[in-house]
Amino acid sequence: MANDLFRIPVGKWAESGLDWVIENLGAFFDGVKAFFSQFYAGLDWVLTTPPFWAVIVVLAALAFWLKGWKLALGSTIGFLVIYGMNQWENAMHTLALVLVASMVAVIISVPLGIAAAKSSAVSRVVKPVMDFLQTMPAFVYLIPALLLLGVGPVPGIVATIIFALAPGARFTELGIRSVDSEVVEAGQAFGASPMRILRQIQIPLAMPTIMAGINQIIMLSLSMVVIAGMVGGGGLGGAVYAALTGLNTPLGVESGLSVVILAIFLDRVTASLSKVKQHSAA
Amino acid sequence: MNSTIGPPSSALRVTNAFKIFGRKPQEALKALKDGKSRKDVAALGTAAVIDASFEVKPGEIFVVMGLSGSGKSTLIRMLNGLLPMTSGSVHVGDTDISKISGKRLRQVRQKSVSMVFQHFALLPHRTVLENAAYALEIQGVDKKKRTAQATKMLETVGLTGWGDKYPGQLSGGMQQRVGLARALCSETDILLMDEAFSALDPLIRRDMQEQLASLQADLGKTIIFITHDLNEAMFLGDRIAVMRDGEIVQIGTPDEILTNPANEYVASFVRDVDRTRVLTAGSVMENPRAVVSINGGARAALLTMREQQTSGSFVIDRNRNFRGIVTDREVMALIDRGDSDLTEILTRADDAVSSETALNDLFGRSVESNTPLPVVDEKGRLVGAVARATLLAALGNVPSTTDAIQIVEPGQSAGNNDGSQQPAIFAPDPSGEKGGLL
Repeated sequence: MANDLFRIPVGKWAESGLDWVIENLGAFFDGVKAFFSQFYAGLDWVLTTPPFWAVIVVLAALAFWLKGWKLALGSTIGFLVIYGMNQWENAMHTLALVLVASMVAVIISVPLGIAAAKSSAVSRVVKPVMDFLQTMPAFVYLIPALLLLGVGPVPGIVATIIFALAPGARFTELGIRSVDSEVVEAGQAFGASPMRILRQIQIPLAMPTIMAGINQIIMLSLSMVVIAGMVGGGGLGGAVYAALTGLNTPLGVESGLSVVILAIFLDRVTASLSKVKQHSAA
Repeated sequence: MNSTIGPPSSALRVTNAFKIFGRKPQEALKALKDGKSRKDVAALGTAAVIDASFEVKPGEIFVVMGLSGSGKSTLIRMLNGLLPMTSGSVHVGDTDISKISGKRLRQVRQKSVSMVFQHFALLPHRTVLENAAYALEIQGVDKKKRTAQATKMLETVGLTGWGDKYPGQLSGGMQQRVGLARALCSETDILLMDEAFSALDPLIRRDMQEQLASLQADLGKTIIFITHDLNEAMFLGDRIAVMRDGEIVQIGTPDEILTNPANEYVASFVRDVDRTRVLTAGSVMENPRAVVSINGGARAALLTMREQQTSGSFVIDRNRNFRGIVTDREVMALIDRGDSDLTEILTRADDAVSSETALNDLFGRSVESNTPLPVVDEKGRLVGAVARATLLAALGNVPSTTDAIQIVEPGQSAGNNDGSQQPAIFAPDPSGEKGGLL
């Protein structure tokens, strides 16, 4: 186990760094924790308080509006199955976690992507950081999150946000950089300011790509939220973890199936977002 | 070409403009100014525009023509500051745009210089009307006013009723009309057009060229038009700058470029131009030889034709207005009848062509006529003649200035004959004289 030749104590450094953070920035993380737990509790309340059929009607209506009656029908059946498997509450907890994490990830990553698209210097910094965040095994994030934020849904949310940032920033940068340069030039040639060009030309034209990035954020969030069940995140992740530790096949199948149904719903709904508002350019 | 110096006389003035891309533009610039060539400085950077200087007069269509890679697109982007220049200056009116940036530069773009793009560059998520009104929107014009203005401009370019459509629903030609309407809407005096018609089908392109020419005649915009198509340049341009490898090799009117190319490169370029579209009757015509006054009578007419050895003659009146043509046979008959009034036997009084007419439109008439075509100025005065041989010689780029072209078959056509008379019987300049016979 021990290395004879040389040993770089990166882990120890990280640990002492983390200790320092806990000691000095404890108040900050208390604030973060309070914010996320409030946010989560509020959204969770909205999803779990009404009777299940009311929530299903709302979600199906959303699916109908964004995609059409097929998706509306499919999601209604899917959610009824979840309810029938007695996973409704868990599914709603998980949905709330995913939404909180995704929203925050979008709010951070999209502006980051825009900054990276506008400035090559920013891009050079952002790229390796994103590579790091995305390839680091997801479990590793849970350790500092646990130490800093304690057990419960919040460390899960924070770890999820970090894990899901990368595609948002990447897709946004790609989208904005690949906007037809002549159209951007047109904005410049008529005397539009850079902010105006961003708002009226670059972001609208990059929207399909940005939405694809948001879709990726949501899907990554869902996968991470399940992992976060291990640190007391609750919801379907908690059920999956409980089934694993208790070797409980029925619970494992039912909660796993619920995750799949939720994932398909979220994917189809957000994927259709990226196709809305395109005018038969073909 | 010889526009006077001083800002007020030119709408846009470019002085010693350089644009060098690459890592060491200043070093490359210095080398270029020391007389090094574009190839010599390739290691330091790409010299896209080298020492360009020209002036564009208000209301002029100035065409910059060159093959791809000649630097013309870079040049046009320096005119509104889309690309900052490495050295030199560009004056738009009195403002040197090489010295301003940010807000002031944007103001110049809003008020003075608008642009039309090769691939239209419309906003696909906005309607045609909103696209046309875009420049006004940036200027902060309120919605009602800009909608009214944009609707009017869409009408001007022939897109009435298409305002609610999206660009993706329009054909290429129509999209470029929207691009044109957008640029016109901003009401700037200067219009930059970057290969504006190059992405269009040939027929539509021709259509758009004609529309642009007539729009320009109505609105009097100053237009700087970039193209790689020589025929387009010749058709549209009041003056043309030919670019090669970043340098302007010749600036001149289409006629000058065609008949007097500055070097072998320009000459090889103009070799395949459709001359018939560029050259006009006025530019190839020769002095009319056989001309008689309507008051001179039949015997004088016969004498003239005999001296000129032709079988027909132009007839003019006291004011040099073209009245028609008489032939020897009919004059003889007239004399036999003991009559002398030429008005009785005048024919083809409507045959005169304007000196502005393109050669293209002369062929048909020339074939039908057995005398040279009479050329008249805008007041109807006879200023010259175009014989069939002259027409053919012009196509072959044989200098079409004077004599030299005595290939008329005798008896068939009353062409100009040998130069026993001094050639300028009827000088094209309107200095008065009496309409006597030669």
